[in-house]
Amino acid sequence: MLDALFSFGGLLVFILALTIGSFFFSKKRIASMAQVAGTKPHSLGFYYGLYAAIWVFVPAILLLVAFTAATKPFLENLILQSLLTAQPNLPESFVPLKIAQIKNIANGFIAPEDDVMAALGQEYANARLMMSKLRIAVVLLVGLLGLGFALWRISPQFKSRIVFENFMRRTFFIAAVIAILTTIGIVASLLFEALRFFAAYSFLDFFFGTHWAPNVALRGGEPAADEDVGGASGAYGMVPVMAGTLLIAIIAMAVAVPIGLFSAIYMAEFASPKVRDFIKPTLEVLAGIPTVVYGFFAALTAAPFFRSIGLNLGMDVSSQSALAAGAVMGVMIIPFISSLSDDVISAVPQSLRDGAYGLGSTKGETVTKVVLPAALPGLIGAFLLGISRAIGETMIVVMAAGVSANLTANPLESVTTVTVQIVMLLTGDTVFDSPKTLSAFALGITLFTVTLLLNIGALTAARRLGEKYD
Amino acid sequence: MTNFAELSTEDRLKHLQGTLAKRHAKEKRLKTYGIIAITFAITFLVVLLTTVVSNGYTALQQTEMRLALDIPVEELVDENGTIDLKKSADFNWSGMLKKSLRKNFPEVKGMMDRRNLSDLLSANAGYELRQDLEKMGRIDRPSGYFWVKTSDDVDMLMKGRMSRDIPEDQRRLSNVQIGWVDQLVDQGAIRKVFNKSFFTKADSREPESAGILGAVVGSALALIVTVVFALPLAVMAAIYLEYFAKPGRVTDLIEVNINNLAAVPSIVFGLLGLAVFLGFFGMPRSAPLVGGMVLALMTLPTIIIATRASIRAVPSSIRDAALGIGASPMQAALDHVLPLAAPGILTGTIIGLAQALGETAPLIMIGMVAFIVDVPDGLTSPATALPVQIFIWSDSAERAFYERSSLAIVCLLLFLIVMNLTAVILRKKLERKW
Repeated sequence: MLDALFSFGGLLVFILALTIGSFFFSKKRIASMAQVAGTKPHSLGFYYGLYAAIWVFVPAILLLVAFTAATKPFLENLILQSLLTAQPNLPESFVPLKIAQIKNIANGFIAPEDDVMAALGQEYANARLMMSKLRIAVVLLVGLLGLGFALWRISPQFKSRIVFENFMRRTFFIAAVIAILTTIGIVASLLFEALRFFAAYSFLDFFFGTHWAPNVALRGGEPAADEDVGGASGAYGMVPVMAGTLLIAIIAMAVAVPIGLFSAIYMAEFASPKVRDFIKPTLEVLAGIPTVVYGFFAALTAAPFFRSIGLNLGMDVSSQSALAAGAVMGVMIIPFISSLSDDVISAVPQSLRDGAYGLGSTKGETVTKVVLPAALPGLIGAFLLGISRAIGETMIVVMAAGVSANLTANPLESVTTVTVQIVMLLTGDTVFDSPKTLSAFALGITLFTVTLLLNIGALTAARRLGEKYD
Repeated sequence: MTNFAELSTEDRLKHLQGTLAKRHAKEKRLKTYGIIAITFAITFLVVLLTTVVSNGYTALQQTEMRLALDIPVEELVDENGTIDLKKSADFNWSGMLKKSLRKNFPEVKGMMDRRNLSDLLSANAGYELRQDLEKMGRIDRPSGYFWVKTSDDVDMLMKGRMSRDIPEDQRRLSNVQIGWVDQLVDQGAIRKVFNKSFFTKADSREPESAGILGAVVGSALALIVTVVFALPLAVMAAIYLEYFAKPGRVTDLIEVNINNLAAVPSIVFGLLGLAVFLGFFGMPRSAPLVGGMVLALMTLPTIIIATRASIRAVPSSIRDAALGIGASPMQAALDHVLPLAAPGILTGTIIGLAQALGETAPLIMIGMVAFIVDVPDGLTSPATALPVQIFIWSDSAERAFYERSSLAIVCLLLFLIVMNLTAVILRKKLERKW
């Protein structure tokens, strides 16, 4: 029973139990206090319970999380100091390995190779146990202090509902601010790592270089032998990567825009409600299919299909052609374009259509000459959002597009994209601080900026549509 | 162009009637384009689904081979007759199976041929037999016929996924090996059974022992974390924005951020998780906890938007009535509006979760792409997720993994269909018209 307290989950459950207990205790207490005083309390009884529950729960949980987060680095630092005292001549590159060994010894997974390591393992195990005990003590103490404080505060005159509601309002505000914090987190983390990359690699070379070859290790493990690939740190000119991204995005849009737009026109202007009720959800199924499924289809069905067509026509189509990835991505974006366009077309005021009919135009003429021009800003917005989707799409290109960066406009060849490179650079065994992994964050911030601008452009365009006919 | 002003009324009518057919044809063309476009999209959907299902359904079966075994019980059990785990670990299970297979083909001599013959057996067959027996604890039937898994190559051959017509050097089974398999078939020593491993095991290097259970559990754990984080945060944020936010710069900023986050590429969330959760806070790699938190941040905008919509759908008269009889704004929101908005919030949450279930890229970023053979047993133990498992398998060279990733896709799509149908049914059942 007591052992459970040593785990995070066990302690959490205990705090929850304490919280619930405090709720009922406090509720009961205010009832008896009011009876003694012969008055009615300011708020309903359970508000006093909630007040106590918050004072028990919130500080204890915050402390529990903070303590747990701090424990690991603290223990590692501690053992690092002991390790360096015990073995002052240890080369720096051995330190992480040794620390991992010590942890495994402490867990009993491996037997220590000598007395020093055994002692260190024992020290680590002791320190960890001490920290767990300390965590239990501190968290429970804070929980009980919270309860004590709450019980000391409550009295029939205490306006617990007001206090509780103010607390809730602040909590709600913090929840809403998480959206801002997430954006800040994205920008800050990407920017921080990207700046570290730019400290080692020229800003201009990154954005305007035409050679992308981060995998220098693949060239026989001999750094700095080949000046052309930029030496030991690899070459990080993102022009071919960006060009590949755009090529695939353009192919995708070439598929998605006509199909999406014509479907939307048909659904909004020609289809009977019955047909529409069937088509709309069917197209939405396309939007609900996970991208990994599209990627699977692109890599293992579409790419061989295009390749065999190419062979029959006497053309050499790469097995990772931009065409296959782009075309399948285009299908993925169809429902996106069609539903946005459908909304935009339906939002064009009926009076414009009636005016066109009144002048004797056919339905087709009304659509092409009146409705579509009126809906144009919104359609452009949909188009921009579609491109943003295509550029940020990851799984289809990771599975179906190439890895090596070719600067080409030929859709039959293999190109790579920003997202493919990010995945390639950050999976597998890589040192986190190498320029190779950091360059992924530079690509990431570029991707984020481009999609952000496209989204803002789309919103602005859509807003303009609204203003025009209000 | 004809100048209409110069024409008589009769000529004008004639002219208009002359062009009318063309104008109607144009309209018809526009309509046809629409029908073609929709047909294309629906055809693609049908092709996609048929490809996946027709490639995947065979993975429901697994080929097995019958071997006559004589298990040396005395080498394995202790004095009580139960299997001694230490003895069992020392015993050469796979050697015993190979020996039995060789007995079927006494004519096979020589190292190479013998090895080729053994390759018909699954590399895990011995290990799995051992595990089965250890689980039972005792060996009730030491000798007789046992069915063990064949290798994935034999499996593919039996399912017709490996063509006998292609040249021998491009085939993974040689002509001799195929001859042996045919002999076994003639003896009735080959059968296909339901592929239980696929639903009860985690990943494996051998396709015949690989299953999706580990990935499904990983996905489920991550989604639980997602709900626990995203739902309360989204509901609180939505209530704040609908009822308590004062119009101003901060509120505008929050709104813009929510709309923008909904359109940020998912891989960027993966980078955020990698840099902040793993890098800065030092949380464990490959853990469903971190995966769930990243997915929570991703689905937060979806759920906030859905929650706001369903809060708005509750008529303001409800809130006004509550305020009118003396409820505080907080009481009106929590006790009166929120319960009525709950069905809509639930629907939005399920749809957001369905989206999160299909996400792959952010999970790859935080290391859930590792090769993990154990079913995860906690929020911080290394795990993978169902879509990531599909990605890993479709990257593998073996034909048998292709089949298995197709079946895994079918499972993933079934999960998504169930979730979305639940959402639709809930909406239909609980939706209230005001």
